[in-house]
Amino acid sequence: MNEVMNNRVLLEVNHLSKHFQLGPNQTLRAVDDVSFHIWQGETLGLVGESGCGKSTVGRTLLQLYKPTGGEIRFAGERVSDMTERKGHKAYTSQMQMIFQDPYSSLNPRMTVTEIISEGLMIHRPNLAKKERKEQVSALLELVGLSSRQANRYPHEFSGGQRQRIGIARALAVEPSFIVADEPIAALDVSIQAQIVNLLMDLQRQKQLTYLFIAHDLSMVKHISDRIAVMYLGQLVELAASDELYARPLHPYTEALLSAIPLPDPVQEQSRERIVLQGEIPNPLNPPSGCRFHTRCPKAFDICAKEIPSFAEVLPQHYVKCHLYGEKGE
Amino acid sequence: MRTLPATGTSPHEITDDLFVHEPFAAEAAMEVAASAADSPWKAALKRLGKNRGVVPAFVLIMVITVLAFVGPLLTPYTYDGQNVAHSNLPPKISGLGWLGFDGLDSNGADLYAKRNITEAHWFGTDEFGRDMWTRVWKGTQISLLIALVAALLDLFIGVLYGGISAYYGGKIDNVMQRIIEVLVGIPNLIVIILFILILEPGITSIILAMTITGWVGMARIVRGQILQLKGQEFVLAARSLGVSNSRIMFKHLIPNALGPIIVTLMFTLPTAIFFEAFLSFIGLGLQAPLASLGVLINDGYKGMRLFPYKLVIPAVMISLIMISFNLLADGLRDALDPKMTK
Amino acid sequence: MNQPILTVDGLHVAFHSQRGEVHAVRGVSFCLQKQETLAIVGESGSGKSVTAKAIMRLLPKQSTSIPAGQITYAGQNVLALPPRELQSLRGAEISMVFQDPMTSLNPTMTIGQQLVEGISKHQRLDKAAAYEKAVNMLQLVGIPNAQERIRAYPHHFSGGMRQRVGIAMALACDPKVLIADEPTTALDVTVQAQILELMKSLQQRTGTGIILITHDLGVVANMAQKVAVMYAGEVVETGPIAEIFYRPKHPYTWGLLRSMPRLDAAGNEPLIPIPGTPPDLARQQQGCPFAPRCAHVMKVCKHFSPPLTEVSSGHTAKCWLLDQRAQQQERLAGVAGG
Repeated sequence: MNEVMNNRVLLEVNHLSKHFQLGPNQTLRAVDDVSFHIWQGETLGLVGESGCGKSTVGRTLLQLYKPTGGEIRFAGERVSDMTERKGHKAYTSQMQMIFQDPYSSLNPRMTVTEIISEGLMIHRPNLAKKERKEQVSALLELVGLSSRQANRYPHEFSGGQRQRIGIARALAVEPSFIVADEPIAALDVSIQAQIVNLLMDLQRQKQLTYLFIAHDLSMVKHISDRIAVMYLGQLVELAASDELYARPLHPYTEALLSAIPLPDPVQEQSRERIVLQGEIPNPLNPPSGCRFHTRCPKAFDICAKEIPSFAEVLPQHYVKCHLYGEKGE
Repeated sequence: MRTLPATGTSPHEITDDLFVHEPFAAEAAMEVAASAADSPWKAALKRLGKNRGVVPAFVLIMVITVLAFVGPLLTPYTYDGQNVAHSNLPPKISGLGWLGFDGLDSNGADLYAKRNITEAHWFGTDEFGRDMWTRVWKGTQISLLIALVAALLDLFIGVLYGGISAYYGGKIDNVMQRIIEVLVGIPNLIVIILFILILEPGITSIILAMTITGWVGMARIVRGQILQLKGQEFVLAARSLGVSNSRIMFKHLIPNALGPIIVTLMFTLPTAIFFEAFLSFIGLGLQAPLASLGVLINDGYKGMRLFPYKLVIPAVMISLIMISFNLLADGLRDALDPKMTK
Repeated sequence: MNQPILTVDGLHVAFHSQRGEVHAVRGVSFCLQKQETLAIVGESGSGKSVTAKAIMRLLPKQSTSIPAGQITYAGQNVLALPPRELQSLRGAEISMVFQDPMTSLNPTMTIGQQLVEGISKHQRLDKAAAYEKAVNMLQLVGIPNAQERIRAYPHHFSGGMRQRVGIAMALACDPKVLIADEPTTALDVTVQAQILELMKSLQQRTGTGIILITHDLGVVANMAQKVAVMYAGEVVETGPIAEIFYRPKHPYTWGLLRSMPRLDAAGNEPLIPIPGTPPDLARQQQGCPFAPRCAHVMKVCKHFSPPLTEVSSGHTAKCWLLDQRAQQQERLAGVAGG
């Protein structure tokens, strides 16, 4: 992980917010004041449970949503308020996304070749048809599929194979940054490892940078250099993967780690568990102050009143929690 | 270790030499299932063919359409040629007398013999002596034409309107939907009467009148489909690739919405035919001597008691057309059902 | 050894589809003891859900058939029961919790109505008594303000709460067997922890046997005493939990354990995935169904289906590697086993 720290910062997110107006008095604050950065060549994992806003972060980074506040900088340039015309086209080839549902992320009426070449036609319009075909074949081989299957339709492939097609589509435009939004959640366990290994291989081969969004913390820890934990629209902790596991600072992270069942009966049945009370609050009506205080076993009086600040408490280890603000470190 | 009794294997077949490791080919494990499945369209076509109502309906429609153009050529008469001497003759087809085409009127009298007429009018004649066969097929031509043009106009306007409304959403959608609600709120018949008063009654005015509010159904279906498809991940993927809005609409959204669009179109045709017939029946349709099926039914209705064939023949024709289109549309709806394509 | 409360013996289930007969379950056998949790582990297409539904006879009659097998509960063959007796079995003796809490409750009935429906059918109680029992059940499963919330509709509850209601409904009539089909798959991990704890504590109280269907080995390690691993419609390995996790004998089980990342794993130990994809169950296969994906495959595996071999007390597996002759080959080749 230390190697990547020497690279430049590829993506910088500063105080990003995304709110959805659901009705006259109802604002869904899906993402609220989130800040982080990603170094080139790194894999940043983004975890959280339902309603935490991690998918929204991913989509806002890709300009699928317009941010309500804050800014996004890619390779130093401010991209969050680009309109369709200006730099959007160039930007779209730099940043791509891999989607969750292998059954709805591919157009059922297009062949594999058409799906993968669409991006090529936009960003490399000077390619002749023959060269495009060759590119498609090369991409299919790269993701572990046979180029003989290029003229088939998505429904002829299994879930894992469709995800590979989705990865090939994203790679066709030669991006430097890929947001993987729950890319393995809909796949069988034995296939998940195939796809994760593929992603890691591709990262080495193509010097890619990843934002890996998932709710399976075990898999995220395996693939990520650093992990960011979100709760109800806010970033509550950010640290290197091993560090987060060994020394979780935020009570939510502790509870999350404690809740994950380990495939090891002896350990599992003798563990000390932190079982959180209650349910995740309604995101339309988040608690005041620190949003976790209603379920936090360590909450005290300031937690309900003031939002804690996101501070670097240990080297490269950030937490948003009053335990570390008041008491100091 | 104890081997528990197994079923089906006879231990003698399993020799020791079988217990050697085979080289393991990981790539072979990745192959897609051997048989290539069809494209979504071909698969739908196959399903369509299996539907028992569809094939006869389709054949019937083809036959009727062909006859609509060929029929009038089979006789020497024109649709508007009058011949008073031949007025009100019952249908007579030699050879099909047992089916009712015997040339006898409701009293059993043979008018052909009485008036010394040797030519047989297959579907009889009307009060002006115009040959019914020719008129019926000419009328079918016109009905089909009106229906087709009206349906196609509905299609283009509806798809474009509904598609734009759904794709852009927000305020645009709001405004466009409110306009539809206003249009739908005005009674159809009043709009049509207005049109016919302003324009001369004729084919053009009927088509325009039907189209002016007919496209709304299609627009709503298309809007519903596009709204649903808009949020699908493959559309998001296209946007993130930088695909232009028009290409998303025409290459991603509409092809996946084609199922309900085609079905709606198929159902629009019989509705249009019937509506035109209705307009003609109440006298707002085509003017004499032009005939559509509706006009013929209207004329036939007036002479129903004495000359039932004048009503029955065009009524049967219009019924056959509508039933066939409905069966075809039903079959299409089942065949194109998206749940089955997964 | 106690008598098992539920035994499944040689169960076969086939679906009639457009493409032909799909053999979803091929000769599955296992048994469940009182107050035991048996986990059935498998991926999609393994037949685990179909097996669960077959026990409750919830499979659609038109398109499925059970060509062979017996399911014995309290001395009776469930598959042969006439409808009336089957009805009194369901809910009262054997009940089920389903996967998706969003769709497993009727949205047009209050949860009180749904609870009472089952209670009053099986336990001749009058309305007031049934309602009281329902409230108790809700309190038992941890729904706060049960007295008030019993009059609420499902959409007023979150996913975790709905699953609790589902568990309350399933346990309302004190069944001896609870079949839980992926009960926590659709829930967040912190809520999953709560539900698993709930199920365990209820099991302690009532002595219910639980059949837990899941694909998550962590959940299995948390809850089960016995595990049956299913692949392509067959049970390929069964055993006590320690045996399955620490001394597994079937290559598929090895594959599953090696392809799962562990939270407590150090650094970057690579995941070793199982290559290929699960087989097409519409095709009848010769030999072991896992052969196309098995790195230890032998000639015999492709032609003959392996017999069930007992590895140790209570631990069985279906693999040719366990045969004497394969062991010999291993010794000759000097390859370490497993």
